Amino acid sequence: MILLIQYTLIFAAVLILVALGGMFSERSGIINLGLEGIMVFGGMAGAMVMVLLPSDASKATIIILTLIAASAAGMISSLFIAVACINFKADQTLIGTALNMLATAAATVIVKAFNTARSDGTDFSAKLDYVKGHKAFLLHIGELEISWFIILAVVLLVCAIVFFYKTKFALRLRACGEHPQAADSVGINVYAMRYAGVLLSGFFGGLGGIIYIAAANSTWHFDYGVAGAGFLALAVMIFGQWKPERIALSAVLFAVFRSLSNVNGGIDFLAKLHIPGTIYNMFPYIVSLIVLALTSKNSRAPKAEGIPYDKGAR
Amino acid sequence: MDKDDYVIEMLHIRKEFPGIVANDDITLQLKRGEIHALLGENGAGKSTLMSVLFGLYTPEKGVIKKNGKEVKIKNPNDATDLGIGMVHQHFMLVDIFTVLDNIILGAEPNKFGFLTKADARKRVMELSEKYNLKVDPDAKIEDITVGMQQRVEILKMLYRDNEVLIFDEPTAVLTPQEIDELMKIMKELAAEGKSILFITHKLNEIKEVADRCSILRKGKYIGTVDVKDATKEELSSLMVGHSVSLKVAKEDAKPTKEILNIKNLCVRSKLHNKDAVHNVSFNVRAGEIVCIAGIDGNGQTELVGGLTGLENISGGQILLDGEDITKKSIRYKNTHGISHVPEDRHKHGLVLDYSLEDNMVLQRYYEPKFSKAGILKRNEIRSYSDRLAQQFDVRSGEGAKTIVRSMSGGNQQKAIVAREMDRDHKLLIAVQPTRGLDVGAIEYIHKAIVNERDQGSAILLVSLELDEVMNLSDRILVMYEGEIVGEVDPKTTTLQELGLYMSGAKRDAGKEA
Repeated sequence: MILLIQYTLIFAAVLILVALGGMFSERSGIINLGLEGIMVFGGMAGAMVMVLLPSDASKATIIILTLIAASAAGMISSLFIAVACINFKADQTLIGTALNMLATAAATVIVKAFNTARSDGTDFSAKLDYVKGHKAFLLHIGELEISWFIILAVVLLVCAIVFFYKTKFALRLRACGEHPQAADSVGINVYAMRYAGVLLSGFFGGLGGIIYIAAANSTWHFDYGVAGAGFLALAVMIFGQWKPERIALSAVLFAVFRSLSNVNGGIDFLAKLHIPGTIYNMFPYIVSLIVLALTSKNSRAPKAEGIPYDKGAR
Repeated sequence: MDKDDYVIEMLHIRKEFPGIVANDDITLQLKRGEIHALLGENGAGKSTLMSVLFGLYTPEKGVIKKNGKEVKIKNPNDATDLGIGMVHQHFMLVDIFTVLDNIILGAEPNKFGFLTKADARKRVMELSEKYNLKVDPDAKIEDITVGMQQRVEILKMLYRDNEVLIFDEPTAVLTPQEIDELMKIMKELAAEGKSILFITHKLNEIKEVADRCSILRKGKYIGTVDVKDATKEELSSLMVGHSVSLKVAKEDAKPTKEILNIKNLCVRSKLHNKDAVHNVSFNVRAGEIVCIAGIDGNGQTELVGGLTGLENISGGQILLDGEDITKKSIRYKNTHGISHVPEDRHKHGLVLDYSLEDNMVLQRYYEPKFSKAGILKRNEIRSYSDRLAQQFDVRSGEGAKTIVRSMSGGNQQKAIVAREMDRDHKLLIAVQPTRGLDVGAIEYIHKAIVNERDQGSAILLVSLELDEVMNLSDRILVMYEGEIVGEVDPKTTTLQELGLYMSGAKRDAGKEA
């Protein structure tokens, strides 16, 4: 049972952060289907920093540098979306898909080159080991082993909620996703706001990526990408109606199903049911399919999302 | 008033768009405290000129002066800093925001980036009381009436202490009563020392509130007149360039047998859980024009959607010439006597990237006349299209091969009218057939519709333009919140009476809610 809670917390942290990222992007008017790819880049950068840091680095150093690397890599990769969709008015669905395809492939190549260079050609796997880095994030509270990642996610969630409802910046950001012409007419720079939205999604997505690969594992094969976690986060965002507090709740719901697939063998009454593990693995995806089918009719996406803003259009 | 006390001067403004000069050497001088009307047809360049003043477009030539000093207005922020505010034709309001949020957006009171709405609320309520602009600051825009939305737009300008107020066709979406209210507000604002620019093509309104009036025609400046010295006829001939008859010439209708009979029609709304069209029953006879009047968004679109098959019907019955067509397909309705000039000509009327000739046979390409064994007879289609274009005066750059997107709105509309009128039909449904067209094209289409009627078609006209409703129809049905709330005779009714029906203030006996 404790295991279930631990995994649920980890997955919830990932889904909350990545879905919040998606939310900020879509609220500014840009559909970000590239969250999956942003997670891969964020995770890769974070993992590489953990591998590179000297073995006597303090816990705090590891934590801070890893988080900085992951969020920075997320933001840099999100720039790809921002430039293509805002400056060049490209199709947002295509660009996001392109980023996803690029990310897993690029991460595989980069990690292979990284390993090859560090091992004088003996190791050319797409795998990174970061046992020490993984341990640095662990935090024991009584019997429960949690992670600094979860504290981070909770803090960022609270910040996001306050930011979203209480600040001038967020009011303007939301206006750009609903009615960019109206925002423009009161002197708001729609392009800048959309850049901000996409960069925020890169920041959150990159952090979500490193949590996904490092909170419960000490090694990661980058040729697997992040197995659809970015898309689950999109489902969480839609189910959460593009609102931070509802996103948090739906992330927890999805996380429960996701973690069941990891720990079903460890829970007595579930083990007795003798359901094959693959069924549990399918759970979160089936649930997201059903939930979206049932709720998307009433869901209300930001009105102007997906439409490139053109100042000169008559 | 000092004779040369101009608060805003726009001198020799020129603005081009690809392929068109929207403003050609236009000069406009606005005196302090006056209401200055800007008159012109659709496409005359009024909105472009105001967008230049508001910083949305940068002009190629010309200077703008504020209080005699030259200024550069590069974006709306510059305009706001100079005290220039604008109520756009299509409101610039965020639907899901509250009234208060919309008013403060872009000029938010804040402490370290956090909103401090309490002060803003106090200020807005004071302004609202002072100028008698009643609003509920916590209501969402999507839940309030169009009239209230307009008051929000006015409050937006007052909140920013603007002294030059631009109103871009503010009355297009209002009922007659709301228009009276707006005129009163505008006069009060001018009396307070605000200077108002009022864009319109409605002469009555100019006569009622404006002090002076500048006229534009096809991007050119025609002149400025004192309103009290000019008659409506003079103004309209200045606007159009030749004298026009403001009335549609037609004889009394001679209706014969019933063509369309609708019984208790219901169509569900896509926006909310209520019916968009609720229990609507009426008939249209051959040889008469029945008009559905009402404010935009009261179920007219859904009613027509239900009739033509664009939307699903949730209840009721439609009889066409005695035949039940309630559940028939769109093609069946097309081929069995319904012609439809749709509200949105780009969405439902034309395939914009097809050629003119292909658009002319959109519903008929499969007929033996136009195709054989699945292969189109291009020559037949070409000559058919040429004949229609000639008959209905559809002008296009390259004839039948012209891509429809490149044609002007008026000619696009004429193409649709030509296609729909030429098809065999008993009933013609025309929704907003003259929207966005210039006076010449409007006159033409009105004549064509009256001619159709005299040939024995039944005509169902849906229009938001009250002048069109009054001039063209033989019977008027008023729709309010999805129901027909009254039937009036255009010969005996007044705009005021229509307005009462349209705003839900009056219902016929037996049609009470």
